[in-house]
Amino acid sequence: MTRIEEKLTILADAAKYDVSCSSSGSNRKNTGGIGNASRSGICHTYTEDGRCVSLLKILLTNHCIYDCAFCVSRRSNDVKRAAFTVEEVVELTMNFYRRNYIEGLFLSSGIFKNADFTMERLLRIVKKLRTEERYNGYIHLKTIPGASEVLIKEAGLYADRMSINLELPTEAGLKLVAPEKDHVSVRTPLALINNHIRAYKAESSLIKHVPDFVPAGQSTQIVIGATPETDLEVMQVANEFYQEYQLKRVYYSGYVPVNDGNKALPAIGTAPPLIRENRLYQADWLLRFYDFRLDEILNPHHAQLDLDIDPKLSWALRNLHCFPVDINRADLKIIIRIPGIGKQSALKIVQARKFGKLHEYQLQKIGIAWNRAKHFVVCADSPFIPGYPAAAAIRNDILKNSYSKYKTSLQGNQLSLF
Amino acid sequence: MHYLFDGSYTGFLCCVFESFERKEFDVTPVTDVSFQNAFFTESRQIPADAGRAARVHAGLQNKCGKAAASDFYRVFLSEDPQAWYAAFHIIRKIFREGPTILNNYGDADLLFFSQTLKKVGRERHRMQAFVRFKKSSDGLYVSVVAPDFNVLPLLAGFFRNRYADQSWLIYDAKRKYGLLYDKRHITEVTLTEAEKNGLSITTAAVTLDEQEAAYERLWKSYYQSTNIVSRRNMKLHLQHVPKRYWKYLPEKFG
Repeated sequence: MTRIEEKLTILADAAKYDVSCSSSGSNRKNTGGIGNASRSGICHTYTEDGRCVSLLKILLTNHCIYDCAFCVSRRSNDVKRAAFTVEEVVELTMNFYRRNYIEGLFLSSGIFKNADFTMERLLRIVKKLRTEERYNGYIHLKTIPGASEVLIKEAGLYADRMSINLELPTEAGLKLVAPEKDHVSVRTPLALINNHIRAYKAESSLIKHVPDFVPAGQSTQIVIGATPETDLEVMQVANEFYQEYQLKRVYYSGYVPVNDGNKALPAIGTAPPLIRENRLYQADWLLRFYDFRLDEILNPHHAQLDLDIDPKLSWALRNLHCFPVDINRADLKIIIRIPGIGKQSALKIVQARKFGKLHEYQLQKIGIAWNRAKHFVVCADSPFIPGYPAAAAIRNDILKNSYSKYKTSLQGNQLSLF
Repeated sequence: MHYLFDGSYTGFLCCVFESFERKEFDVTPVTDVSFQNAFFTESRQIPADAGRAARVHAGLQNKCGKAAASDFYRVFLSEDPQAWYAAFHIIRKIFREGPTILNNYGDADLLFFSQTLKKVGRERHRMQAFVRFKKSSDGLYVSVVAPDFNVLPLLAGFFRNRYADQSWLIYDAKRKYGLLYDKRHITEVTLTEAEKNGLSITTAAVTLDEQEAAYERLWKSYYQSTNIVSRRNMKLHLQHVPKRYWKYLPEKFG
């Protein structure tokens, strides 16, 4: 194994717990060099855990001055340490990019010496890529908490997306496992960059050529299952961050235990909470694309998401008075709230019904999840049924007739009460 | 009535022209090579005429806009006779009744058309992702693919914009032609018999750059170390990268 291969192995391994993978949202053009950004993003391959590999995701170094209990690169952990030089990262990125292996670079780093020193190194890499190699592909750069404003602002001129991870959803949880850190040091730079993005946007209506400043926006990551927060608390934080800092994405990362020794964290070997993670993403989508309010999905009476049914179905079963919906009459806003009907199908239904009333067989062909939707819709040929079955009956019927990809793990992980 | 055309989009559009000219509307377009003459079916040979095709295309753009008109080209590239049949009859309806039919997802032809359109789009996107270049000793980046549909024409613009400062060749081994970019123009190339024999997806008959093997190994070890073993999910993995694409990907086949 050559030295560079060893470094790549160590530093890719340390970076993989950051789940942010998207390469979308930027429309940087190729201006006389190599590369451009693809609006929708492109996933170039997928690992066996089913996650996509879109960007070359590496740390500049895994040396770190902090000792966060949940992190594999914490100071007190006995792992191999390595660091790339600026040239090595540039070389790797360019050669992978030219072979169409990757969509761009995702660069993060452990904190060595201090925040400014680290940020300055990261900045040198992206600057070299953009100016010397004339590289216009996607760059996702980590903002280092505590770095000076000048450095962060300059980095924003070269990066497509920047992010800082919140890691633990509540301040109390953070104090438990990473006493050296706090949420303020995450919020300050998020606000700073967000203000600059908005300032540049405002200028672009007055000035013809405004430089791109973090065109794909910012994102953050919340670790799930490390500390005992409820889904409600997690989603409240996410919701607030979406509104406060106009984040493009909040990533939910099921905690993979990497360290032993801290009593507050799950032990090594505990399975990551994959189902919960999936349900949180579904709730996140409902908030952002389906016009749901947070209190409809989660509220103090219902603080955890249902694990065996999706949050939209769960909402529908709690609000049976809104159903059944006549798909030949209802508004688009109402149709996208029907379990089993997604946004695309809802749009198709609304367009297609102008040509004549839709029947059951047509609805099934359009591509909706009929097993779920059939309990909540009325089509042109639906029989009239007086009364409405109870929520529990619908739920059982759906679960009985569906194959959940989680069925085995649901039975395996959870003890039955009776 | 079967209309036999030469397999090009020009020929396909000429079928539309012909059907209006002769007022024959119960028509199935097929390529002349794939057509098997049945006892009772009539057929007519349709010559490809660039002028006529251009008129149909312009008419289509006029009726339903540029973007929708190019959808018919995309669906045509699926090489699926059933999709051609659907496309043919949708075009006919557009000319007679206007473009509203394009929103009628309750209609079987239109639904099949839009599903095929999606499939072709997905294959195009997969090729953008799964094409892997190998650098040859003279600096040409070479890739050999065999997509499900004939999507190379849809990829030219994407790769030209992205890899503007390197020359590249993407060769479709199934359909026996490729696109060659020389840092200025894209040309369509076919290979001689001898060149074809030397070419497979795993071993190209070109001398590779001396660093090629080293970067491929780096890529493979990156791929290995970015995987989280405790989250293994092969079902999802195969859903994203079906096995028929593995042959393109150095990280999967070796």
